[in-house]
Amino acid sequence: MHPQDWISVEEAGLYCHPAKLYIDPMLPVDSAVVTHGHADHARAGHQHVFASAETLAIMKTRYGEEMAEQTTALRMGSPVTLGNDTDPVTMTLYPAGHILGSTQVLLEYRGYRLVISGDYKRRHDPTCPPFEIVPCDVFITEATFGLPVFTHPPLSHEIDKLLTSLAVFSDRCHLVGTYALGKCQRVIIGLREAGYSKPIYLHGALQKLCDLYQQYDIELGELIPVNDVADKSSLAGEIVLAPPSALADRWSRSLPNVRTVMASGWMQIRARARQRQVELPLIISDHCDWPELLQTIEEVSPKEVWVTHGREDALVYQANLMGFKAKALSMVGYDDDEETG
Amino acid sequence: MEAFSDLLEQLYFTSGTNAKAALISHYIATTPDPDRGWAMAAIAGELKFDFFKRNTIKALMLERIDENLFAMSYDYVGEMSETVAHLWQPETPPSGDVELPGLNEVVDTFRNAKRTEVKPLLVALLDNMTASQRWALIKLGTRGLRIGVSARSIKQILANYGGVPIEEIEALWHGVEPPYTELLSWLENKGPKPDISDRVTFHPVMLSHPIDDDTREKLAASEWQIEPKFDGIRVQLVSAPAGKALFSRTGDDISGSFPDLLDTIDHNLVLDGELLVMHGDKVDTFNQLQQRLNKKKPSAKLMQSLPVAVMAYDLLELDGESLMGLPLTERRLRLTDYIEKHPGERLHLSPTYSVTDVAALEKLHQQVTEDTAIEGLMLKRKDSTYIPGRPKGLWYKWKRDPLLIDAVVMYAQRGHGKRSSFYSDFTFGAWEGDTLLPVGKAYSGFTDEELKKLDNWVRRNAVGRFGPVREVKKELVVEVAFDAVHPSSRHKSGVAMRFPRIHRIRWDKPAAEADTLESVKGLIETA
Repeated sequence: MHPQDWISVEEAGLYCHPAKLYIDPMLPVDSAVVTHGHADHARAGHQHVFASAETLAIMKTRYGEEMAEQTTALRMGSPVTLGNDTDPVTMTLYPAGHILGSTQVLLEYRGYRLVISGDYKRRHDPTCPPFEIVPCDVFITEATFGLPVFTHPPLSHEIDKLLTSLAVFSDRCHLVGTYALGKCQRVIIGLREAGYSKPIYLHGALQKLCDLYQQYDIELGELIPVNDVADKSSLAGEIVLAPPSALADRWSRSLPNVRTVMASGWMQIRARARQRQVELPLIISDHCDWPELLQTIEEVSPKEVWVTHGREDALVYQANLMGFKAKALSMVGYDDDEETG
Repeated sequence: MEAFSDLLEQLYFTSGTNAKAALISHYIATTPDPDRGWAMAAIAGELKFDFFKRNTIKALMLERIDENLFAMSYDYVGEMSETVAHLWQPETPPSGDVELPGLNEVVDTFRNAKRTEVKPLLVALLDNMTASQRWALIKLGTRGLRIGVSARSIKQILANYGGVPIEEIEALWHGVEPPYTELLSWLENKGPKPDISDRVTFHPVMLSHPIDDDTREKLAASEWQIEPKFDGIRVQLVSAPAGKALFSRTGDDISGSFPDLLDTIDHNLVLDGELLVMHGDKVDTFNQLQQRLNKKKPSAKLMQSLPVAVMAYDLLELDGESLMGLPLTERRLRLTDYIEKHPGERLHLSPTYSVTDVAALEKLHQQVTEDTAIEGLMLKRKDSTYIPGRPKGLWYKWKRDPLLIDAVVMYAQRGHGKRSSFYSDFTFGAWEGDTLLPVGKAYSGFTDEELKKLDNWVRRNAVGRFGPVREVKKELVVEVAFDAVHPSSRHKSGVAMRFPRIHRIRWDKPAAEADTLESVKGLIETA
């Protein structure tokens, strides 16, 4: 049966009727599969949550052990059956390459295969296995950077910009805005890969998730909480990471001669950087850029493409040009603001 | 070109006047003539010709990308130069060691290029550039820099660079031309001061600040000269042995539109005042004045039916003598004396009021603004000398209280510049029966937080699309403030608002309770 007859967009989010299952619901529901731990996809208060073990650990770190009544950790590539025994839905998770624990969801029902890719990227990221091409009839893709103006430079290029600035403005504290989950750790790893071995200083809000990454044996080097630094003036010429919301608040005033840096895919648009009063924008994203979105659609080569949150108009248009049947799923509520870009 | 592009890039992301000034001074000190002079001209907005048209850029881009994808990209980015900078794909990737031509060479090349040569020149440059260099070139070539450095700041930076008072730069500025080689040479003590005695030049004007309640309540009324704020346009009338000119407040020469006015002046002076349509002593509406603006060659009939005059409020020079260093009271005496001796229908003396205390001032404001042709009051310190720019604490404007209506948001469009990629331009309507008719458009008046909420609301409540314009559910009421409303045959509603802005967002108010078109029409000013 064609997925349009068993999948629909409900108030809480995307819903699979025969499995009685929501995908990344935004309101508390009975049964949910969560593709990854970002707050706009993973909410607390569901009865039963299916997700990768890493995603469940992230949700517990953020929302506490009681974040759901029941949880089921799924292994990548191992199918589970849901719904009616005589007319089941088979669900299998595959890597999405977005952040630690991120997955795509394959739903199979009555001979049709539907893949919900969640948020995903195609670049190298040592914190998670790479995105896997899963053949399917309908491919649901995000479109956060779904416009041809978005082409993300290599990570090393952007890390170089930060290191160069640190050399030129050696007396200034480089305060880098990074989203707590994924972006923060990726920037740290990028710096380590570039040979930066000095301690990196962290805002308190980033600590717990960095600890969790380290528990999964992801090497982040020496991290020091800013709160443990008695003499803040010693942070001149150092790198401090903080959530974007802390860039302009009172917290940052104690830091010496701050140079405001921000790591996000949105930083490619100048006005976005200036809206945040960012002096050094770093284009670092955990999403696909435009060429990668097209490459993915080409490689998955589904019968149909459904486009969710982001700049869906352009991607639907382009998919049509490429000869795919495509439509936009109007889903609201996924945060496409710069914090998760 | 690399150095100029780097400078723009750094200026764009640097906040703070001092930090920007430091970057520019460093550039002046380390960049040779004539490149640096062209850069100053570009930043100060003094370039007088486009290197290429925006349409040329667009046409070149559309040879390289699907038209709809371009439109969607432009709509999102909100700025042509940046959209093209990102979308442009060089035919062969730049090798990195090709040196770009210097700024002067770029200026010269485009200035001397034949029409057919412009496109290939542009393509060759864009192909060899990085995205930020492309951005800089397009900004420069279409004269839309907008990097947060005013012409005034450039003059201040040059003054500091040469260790001279800014007044000297101000006085010279409109008499010298890019690339300012003589000026820079003088500032570096390498040459004589440029001689501009044979030019008719604009003198940068003195501007006012809006007055806040606190300042107003503490005002010592007797120290201030109070004038009505007429609803016209600010002009500077210059008449010198070398010629005559009428300038707008930004220094644009608008003489061509007002020969009827200039013909009546033949005295050596520089006058500051408000341009109005006047029938004898009677001031006509701004709406009527608009018929005279931007008419390069007004017809005799138009000049006769809508004669313009200047309501003079300041005198900067008389018979070759600068009065700018005198206190306002002195200048006022000289102005009054001049106008009494040279009576005519084209030059009037702006009235002044005197009040003894704040209570009387408030009463005066109320009385004066009952006349819809008056925008409010001007408060000028009697001892203030004439200082170009917007000095603090000397001149204030106290506008009339804005008119307010509750209107319903109908359409939204993404903004430009600072508001790029957010839905921030709103068309709103008023009720006629059970139909909404658009009465105006506003794109300011809200905080950044409110902007985010509005953007979110639009995306959740969009019901249709016309190109970049989103139609939304007719559910959100905004309280709109505006200075005036005029009859208009160009709008279906029959009204046009002056300077509408969003005053408050009425998340709570049902759309059915918004105002009617009839009540908007009731606010139309009458001459």
